[in-house]
Amino acid sequence: MMKNCEYQQIDPRALAVSPSSAQNHTEKKARRPRRKWEAFPGKNRFFCNGRIILARQSGVLPLTLGLIVVTCGLFFAFDCPFLVDHLTVFIPVIGGVLFVFVVISLLRTSFTDPGILPRATPDEAADIEKQIDTSGSSTYRPPPRTKEILINQQVVKLKYCFTCKMFRPPRTSHCSLCDNCVERFDHHCPWVGNCVGKRNYRFFYSFIISLSFLTSFIFGCVITHITLLIIEMLSFLDSSSCTVVELVICFFSIWSILGLSGFHTYLVASNLTTNEDIKGSWSSKRGSDDSGNPYSYNSIITNCCVTLCGPMPPSLIDRRGFLPPNEAVPAASVSEIELPPFVAKNDAHMCTQSTKDVLERVVHSSDFHGLCPPSTPKTTPLGPEIFSIAAPSTEPSPSAGCTRQHAHQSAATTCPLFTKSSKRDSLHSINPAFRLASPSPSLSRVTLILGDAPDIGFIPLP
Amino acid sequence: MQGLVPTATDGNMATEFHNLQELRHSASLANKVFIQRDYSEGTTCKFQTKFPSELESRIERTLFEDTVKTLNNYYAEAEKIGGQSYLEGCLACATAYLIFLCMETRYEKVLKKIAKYIQEQNEKIYAPRGLLITDPIERGMRVIEISIYEDRGSSGSSSGSSSVSGSTAR
Repeated sequence: MMKNCEYQQIDPRALAVSPSSAQNHTEKKARRPRRKWEAFPGKNRFFCNGRIILARQSGVLPLTLGLIVVTCGLFFAFDCPFLVDHLTVFIPVIGGVLFVFVVISLLRTSFTDPGILPRATPDEAADIEKQIDTSGSSTYRPPPRTKEILINQQVVKLKYCFTCKMFRPPRTSHCSLCDNCVERFDHHCPWVGNCVGKRNYRFFYSFIISLSFLTSFIFGCVITHITLLIIEMLSFLDSSSCTVVELVICFFSIWSILGLSGFHTYLVASNLTTNEDIKGSWSSKRGSDDSGNPYSYNSIITNCCVTLCGPMPPSLIDRRGFLPPNEAVPAASVSEIELPPFVAKNDAHMCTQSTKDVLERVVHSSDFHGLCPPSTPKTTPLGPEIFSIAAPSTEPSPSAGCTRQHAHQSAATTCPLFTKSSKRDSLHSINPAFRLASPSPSLSRVTLILGDAPDIGFIPLP
Repeated sequence: MQGLVPTATDGNMATEFHNLQELRHSASLANKVFIQRDYSEGTTCKFQTKFPSELESRIERTLFEDTVKTLNNYYAEAEKIGGQSYLEGCLACATAYLIFLCMETRYEKVLKKIAKYIQEQNEKIYAPRGLLITDPIERGMRVIEISIYEDRGSSGSSSGSSSVSGSTAR
């Protein structure tokens, strides 16, 4: 019945502009108790009344599934009968077990909540704002949006997430494709159509490991098939054309999947995430004495056990819980209205990725701050105007529109864009890997705000 | 303000503990205190035991610290890495993680215990003092939220004004 109930995100600005629409919303809700997934603020899709979660753009998932199913189907249809006759019956058995394992772990990865952190409630956001206010001693500049904490005697910076209105816990990162903060964020994987994080990393790992076994297995069987065919001098044309198709698919996938399995085995053994590895967060290049991964248990076996066999953390977003009747508007949007224009502005421009925009933003944000004191809510509409005057070359786009734009870009294409084209001139700009290697004092505050940037770009293969 | 109304917990919980409901109805919410996470030992769930100054006139320091320490112990139990969790993990892996669909993990069992413990504490200690703890699982395990209530009519104290300034401050 709830086959395809896609949640339509409520734009907080639209709510702020027309309160009547919010009114309608509450009236409609009063008839039927709504579940929390229906008001979920992130860009996710839910199926089966909230039991299944997927990223909004999951178009590659059918391709992944299709490739696996087609290859295995051809294998079972054309290779297996031949190999059973000539070798052993265990070949389809092993292949079948591997195939089932691969498909189940793929679906588990795709349909599991990756460890999404719910956004801060308005009260919590206000409390954090208050704390930032008191700690910020300077009157001219906006307060810093990072917090330094000690983890296992090592200083770690927590960044403030303007979308979720909280300081991101350690290892948490904001996925701009799903618009959620994800705990122990590894990467957003378009192939499985979901983020890979704390709660589904073990599924993901078992998926790629079993898939590499499956491809290697099929590859080996196909090679054997062809060799036997040649030896027996049978006609090479009838059933073998399908074998050639499998051979081609396996040949091209085997290297990437084996490589990926090896890479993730290394990550598991050192208790790292892809995100941390790409950013080089704990690499010794950072120059200080306290380098090294503070989360590692300093033993390969313990790291593996903890990552893959540790306790399964609960889902924090309670998708199937019922919304309390008195909370009509989702938490984030309420705080959006309450919070001063300065914060909203930052939020709106979070995802504008151009370096120029960023630089201009930091130059003008202090001016802007001086011009219109955020404690006066009447000046709210003034915000975007001032900004557009100050930075006429950049089009301030609302967050919804521009993230959609990101989404349309294939993940694989954004990555080289970041690394190749802007390698030289963006040394001091938004690429976080370089930021960490060469911190420049004047820009340190901007780059920290932009902490989100890497999460879109670096999406490894599956 | 809509957002300041405390979220109702599960329906069954609310009927069981009607005096908490009464507290919500008879008193007005003055302020909220958030106990933040303590990350000094890594990402395991642990909350700071520092006593917040807002609670000084409401509750004894030792009672508060006991509650937070007990909660921390529960979370440590849930996230403990050892034979049982490895066994659970290996079993799950062997069944292609399908066992998670039908089996309650240890973490979930402990979470139930925590919910029960918080209800008890609210009933016995916190509600009589006009305080109410929210289960951290409802706040993404980031904070322990303690709501401070005041009798209707006697509002307008210092704590009330501070909550207002908090929401309007930048």
